[in-house]
Amino acid sequence: MIPLGAYLAVAAALFLVGLVMVASRRNLVYVLMGLELILNAANLNLVAFDRFRPGAGVDGQITALFVIILAAAEAAIALAIVLNAFSLFETIRPDEMDTMKD
Amino acid sequence: MLIPPAEGSPFGPATYLWLLAVPLLPLAAWMLQATIGRFLPRQGDWLPTGAMAVAAAIAIYWCVQVFRLHDPDFLLSTARDGYGWRFLYSGQAPGGALGGFSGGILYDNLAAILLAMVALVSFLVHLFSVGYMHGDSRYNVFFSNLPLFTFAMLALVLSDNLLFFFVFWEIMGLCSYLLIGHLALDKKEPRMSAAWASLKAFMTTRIGDVALFLGMCAVWAKFGTLSFHELYSRVAEVTDNGQSWPLWLTVAGLLMFGGSVGKSAQFPLHVWLPDAMEGPTPVSAMIHAATMVAAGVYLAGRVILLCSPDAQLVMACVGGFTALFAATIGMAAFDIKKVLAYSTISQLGYMICAIGVGGVAAGLFHVITHAFFKACLFLGSGSVIHGCHHEQDMRHMGGLRRRMKITYLTMLVSTLAIAGVPLFAGFYSKDAIIAATLEKKMTLGAGDAWLWALPFFFLILSAVLTAFYMFRLIHMTFHGQARSHHAEHAHESPASMTIPLIVLAALAIFGGRFWPADPAHALSGGREPWFLELVHDPKLENWNPQAIEAAGGWSQVGARGAVAHDAGHAEEHGAVAHAAHSQAMLFSILAAGLGILLSYVVYQWRLIDPARVARALGGFYTLVYNKYGFDELYHATVIRGTMLWSQFLSAFDARVIDGIANGIGRLMSRVAGFSAAYDRVVVDGAVNWLAESTSAAGQSLRRVQTGRIQQYAYFTFAGAVVLAVIVLLDLF
Repeated sequence: MIPLGAYLAVAAALFLVGLVMVASRRNLVYVLMGLELILNAANLNLVAFDRFRPGAGVDGQITALFVIILAAAEAAIALAIVLNAFSLFETIRPDEMDTMKD
Repeated sequence: MLIPPAEGSPFGPATYLWLLAVPLLPLAAWMLQATIGRFLPRQGDWLPTGAMAVAAAIAIYWCVQVFRLHDPDFLLSTARDGYGWRFLYSGQAPGGALGGFSGGILYDNLAAILLAMVALVSFLVHLFSVGYMHGDSRYNVFFSNLPLFTFAMLALVLSDNLLFFFVFWEIMGLCSYLLIGHLALDKKEPRMSAAWASLKAFMTTRIGDVALFLGMCAVWAKFGTLSFHELYSRVAEVTDNGQSWPLWLTVAGLLMFGGSVGKSAQFPLHVWLPDAMEGPTPVSAMIHAATMVAAGVYLAGRVILLCSPDAQLVMACVGGFTALFAATIGMAAFDIKKVLAYSTISQLGYMICAIGVGGVAAGLFHVITHAFFKACLFLGSGSVIHGCHHEQDMRHMGGLRRRMKITYLTMLVSTLAIAGVPLFAGFYSKDAIIAATLEKKMTLGAGDAWLWALPFFFLILSAVLTAFYMFRLIHMTFHGQARSHHAEHAHESPASMTIPLIVLAALAIFGGRFWPADPAHALSGGREPWFLELVHDPKLENWNPQAIEAAGGWSQVGARGAVAHDAGHAEEHGAVAHAAHSQAMLFSILAAGLGILLSYVVYQWRLIDPARVARALGGFYTLVYNKYGFDELYHATVIRGTMLWSQFLSAFDARVIDGIANGIGRLMSRVAGFSAAYDRVVVDGAVNWLAESTSAAGQSLRRVQTGRIQQYAYFTFAGAVVLAVIVLLDLF
């Protein structure tokens, strides 16, 4: 049986990839993709901890399902925000959207 | 102690309301005229004139009732009957004894006669003004000031206390100011001289008013009352029926007399009256006959009982001197109104002198008769001026006798009256005055009797002069040939002007003694003139409450002498009085005859050239012609002195007061400057430093705030890592 550490390592790798994408991609769509990766890393952790938890139950898996639904809603809203941001700034490069400093 | 009105007597509480209506009618007329007068037809002249007609009718009706009563002790007083107005009245003090002041109406024989006279003469002046003031640019204003003036005088006559008296006295001062200066605001040709004259009249009489006010303050402080009758009884108590007069009362009496000196134009405050001729002629008639100057004499008559013998002597001498002094100036004047003005001053001197020597009734009698003939003379002169197109210089008149018959005849009658020709009104009053001075001189023994002889000589001499200068006026104005274009084309005045003249001339004949009614007593005879029968010289002892109590009431005291005079004394006194009267009549007829004769010699028959007399008198004539230089003297002393003093005060103000004020200002400015610097450097410095350092911190920190969302994510992650390290390594 694959040990818990392996799941956690994959989840951590996924999280890091997502984080780097969020932090450094020059395209907002990729940033959103990174965000999905981070969420999925969290899902992987939830499912893995649920599997290796003493006692039976599907709480972690159900929570993971909620997160997926959440992620879908979040993706819809975030893409709408990206569209609006594009129409406002005429770019989807996040480093050019620096009006928050004002 | 006091007699209630007899059964069937016309006098009752309603009388007060009728009497109150007499002054209130002109007051109402004034209010209406001053507000809506100019919108009324004829600019509302009928309103005050009509109101005065009604007021005069009421006043005369009650005066006739008083005559029918024929009681020298007649007295109607609100204070006695429990009416009147109360001021400063405290409920805790019974009867308002503490600081309470009550005033009301006093209606005795004197007030009744004076009220009727004032109302009648004022009505006639109003009527005359309708004609005389026709075409004046401020016609409606004139007709609003005139009834106010009349109101003040009528109310003054009815006042039973000095305070009311003083209030109306001051209203009259104001009205005289407004009316004398009437032409100063004329829309077509404003007269600056009228403005100065009104100012002079106002300021000069104000000196007297201040004296009167101080006198009032003195008696109020000592007696706590201003009611005439209460004052009389208090004075009777304080002076032991006139035996011992305290010095302060003498001073207070003299101060109150000062009010008369100002208002009645006595020496040395006479200067305003001739200048008051700047007012329109009806105003002069009003001031000289019915209102202003009569008020001064009336005051003297009312306060004479508060005056000590010393104060009375001053009054007598001032009056006598004024009579002579003004008569001499009147002889050298050429302006017809100025002659009449000086004759008024002179006649007022007679009245004041008479009151001073104790002939109070005689003096007040002269007020009445003088009002009739002087009003007639003034209105007559107004008619002459009107007829001659506002020519006032008698040298440019002459020969008006034929062209202005009514004016000539009425003025001649009045001149005969003022000169003291027997059977005319002025004769009786003037005779009574001269008799009073002579009687005083004869009843007093040696010692300072020579001082008491002075008034008599003054008055006899001025009687000669009066007859002379008044006939000079008649000769120069009406006799001889016309000496100017205007005089040649003179015309008689309209009926509204001649009717008052005729009425007044009739009163100038019959006003002293209604002699057609009793021809047997026409010249001397047993009966006194009506006025002297009704009004007696007041005696102080008649007011002493104990004496009244002892005599058994008011009706038993009075001038019949039941209290203080025993029969023998009264008889002796009567003999002296009789002797004095016979001599006085002789003297006054002689004086009048001499004066008239002289004027005929000089001006009618031209036996003596007046210019030669003037040259012979030289410097003295110039002095008299210049009115003894009193105007210049006052100008050089009082007015210049006041101006210098005000200049000094102005300089003092500019240098010292302003200097101190500016010094304090500068000092405060310095202190404020220091305070401002402290504020700027220390307080602002601290605040600014805080703000600047905050700003600098913000400036350095804002670089972190890039606005790039991804950078923020880095920071967040870095923070999370730091927190994780802290938690994992258990650093804290």
